Amino acid sequence: MTTSVPAHGAPEPAIVIDVEGLTKSFGGRTVVRNLSMQVHRGLIYGFLGPNGSGKTTTLRMLCGLLTPDSGHGTCLGYDILTQSAEIKRHVGYMTQRFSLYADLSIRENLEFVARVYNLDDPRAAADGAIRRLGLENRAGQLAGELSGGWKQRLALGACILPGPQLLLLDEPTAGVDPKARRDFWDEIHALAHQGMTVLVSTHYMDEAERCHEIAYIAYGELLAHGSVEEVIADAHLATYIVTGPDLADLAEHLKTLEGVDMVAPFGTALHVSGRDKTRLDAATKDLREHGPQVWSAGEATLEDVFIDLMSRTKDNFA
Amino acid sequence: MSAGVDGERRTRGFRAALSRVYAAFVKELLQLRRDRITFATMIFIPLTQLLLFGYAINTDPKHLPTALLIQDDSAFSRSFVSALRVSSYFDVGTAAASEAELDHLILSGRVQFGIQIPAHFGRDLIRGERPAILVVADASDPVAAGGAVSALQGLLSTVFSRDLTGPVAARAPQELPFEVRIHRRYNPAGETRLNIVPGLMGTILTLTMLIFTALSVTREVERGTMESLLAMPIRPVEIMLGKIAPYLVVGGLQAGLILVAAKLLFGVPVVGSLGLLVGLTLLFILANLSVGYTFSTIAKSQLQAMQMSFFFFLPNILLSGFMFPFRGMPDWAQVIGEILPLTHYLRIVRGIMLKGATFVDLQVDVLALGLFTLAAMTLAVARFRQTLD
Repeated sequence: MTTSVPAHGAPEPAIVIDVEGLTKSFGGRTVVRNLSMQVHRGLIYGFLGPNGSGKTTTLRMLCGLLTPDSGHGTCLGYDILTQSAEIKRHVGYMTQRFSLYADLSIRENLEFVARVYNLDDPRAAADGAIRRLGLENRAGQLAGELSGGWKQRLALGACILPGPQLLLLDEPTAGVDPKARRDFWDEIHALAHQGMTVLVSTHYMDEAERCHEIAYIAYGELLAHGSVEEVIADAHLATYIVTGPDLADLAEHLKTLEGVDMVAPFGTALHVSGRDKTRLDAATKDLREHGPQVWSAGEATLEDVFIDLMSRTKDNFA
Repeated sequence: MSAGVDGERRTRGFRAALSRVYAAFVKELLQLRRDRITFATMIFIPLTQLLLFGYAINTDPKHLPTALLIQDDSAFSRSFVSALRVSSYFDVGTAAASEAELDHLILSGRVQFGIQIPAHFGRDLIRGERPAILVVADASDPVAAGGAVSALQGLLSTVFSRDLTGPVAARAPQELPFEVRIHRRYNPAGETRLNIVPGLMGTILTLTMLIFTALSVTREVERGTMESLLAMPIRPVEIMLGKIAPYLVVGGLQAGLILVAAKLLFGVPVVGSLGLLVGLTLLFILANLSVGYTFSTIAKSQLQAMQMSFFFFLPNILLSGFMFPFRGMPDWAQVIGEILPLTHYLRIVRGIMLKGATFVDLQVDVLALGLFTLAAMTLAVARFRQTLD
């Protein structure tokens, strides 16, 4: 794979995305509120948050598809407000919905992309991408006829074809089977290893743990960021893992207790968390000592942290 | 029968079917109310088009522009001209200085009639030599010329009876003392197909070209491909030209097919230059493609784009002079007509195919088509939503 050299010839900045105070609203509803973030070169940066939290809107503002109402910043050193043409040349953006031409073949789609980016030999570039994707036998097949997993791989292949320095992937693995998801992530890690920066939005927790750094956004606000370990540690959640009979009834009861902030079932176990360990211990003392369930101290998972973060912001907005 | 009395829902039978129809009816009505443009076209298409065309269409056109070439200076000539002036059919505005100029005026379509009174008309009339008045009618649109020609004959038989008194009373008509030679140029037999077939070429091209491009941008938006197209380094004007170009070829082929069919099936010749016809037809195709593309940048769905195309297509048919004589319409309708590309193309295609008009004769219409295309393209590029805001 070839990586294109930036046109200006200056050394590539260590910080690829650097934005401050981005705000965007649609029809009076604020979708992204005062968002600031920095993404370092060569990292896979996970962008997490529930549906409608503003992930897609943020990605679109970064690549010039949306103009922020306020805020400023740079992407690859280009101003996101005034230099979107340059940004588009060096950023690969993969949309949430499959957005290649369903009525063009795989090869035709790739050649179209190669021509739009003014690659020297579109045919050869498409050939290379087809080989990399392992689609030699199906190059003539219509893109619309591919299965979900192959569509995503093809879309990624089209994105990296022009050799971008930054990849923006909007929920690239939604609706894709686990095997295809794993292959997809292997590919992303290989790209990052070659020096590409990847900003990927998702709401799968296992995918979040595959990222070098993550940011959690809900209701348009950036609530936490850092490595997975940092985010978990910063949340200061005390957690117990409960196993035994009648967990559903116990969960209903626990939710009414002061000091218990989150109760979530995980398979045959129940995660019980509180932001204040002393209050959580006090509230659950009886239950822990007298059973019938078995309580054991546990580690909060990333999901526990996010659900807790989400419920906190919901409270603020209610 | 009250619903759910015994907790059992009825899903069979006429009433149940009717209530499902009602459910679909309410849903459809709600969706319709949200789709403003569809709603507007439902009201405006019938209303405006009815008013517009009801008042505009007139198959017995009056005030037809007429050029005079008067080479005789006698009382007879003067009363003939004043009779023409008071008649409602002729609009005597232009005086030609020579036969060549008269020919050019008719060929370029600026006048419908040219009337020539030869030298010594008055003298020859008194001498009883039956001089001839030459009336040249542009019959490329037979309907437009018909009423005026018969009015002219009636007019001539009465106009001189006032002047033919006293010593020249003997010349008063039993038979007209002069001859009126009417030349129906370009379509002497008054065959409708000679007028209709070139016109159809313009109409067919308008409809097909409009629809081709009207769907092009909305299709990308509806299929979701627009988002990634916008994220690529391609500019709106580049997208537009790339989308229009293939249909220019398609339109050219269509026009070629129609021309061959016109010749073989309908026997409509191409009197003028075929090269000029092809060139200007491509310009006309381009004009319609850019209108369609403009609609495409405004419409929110393919359905809306189709509706806009029809909204534009109807006046093109009715106000351009395709179906009804252009000069029969009131002034305001002619002004609207002058904006439409088909109006100018009809003059061009009839001019070249039937009259053998040259570029010089048609330059006003060519300029109008060019300006229209440029305006439509500028609007399309300005309207193109370069972001998803």
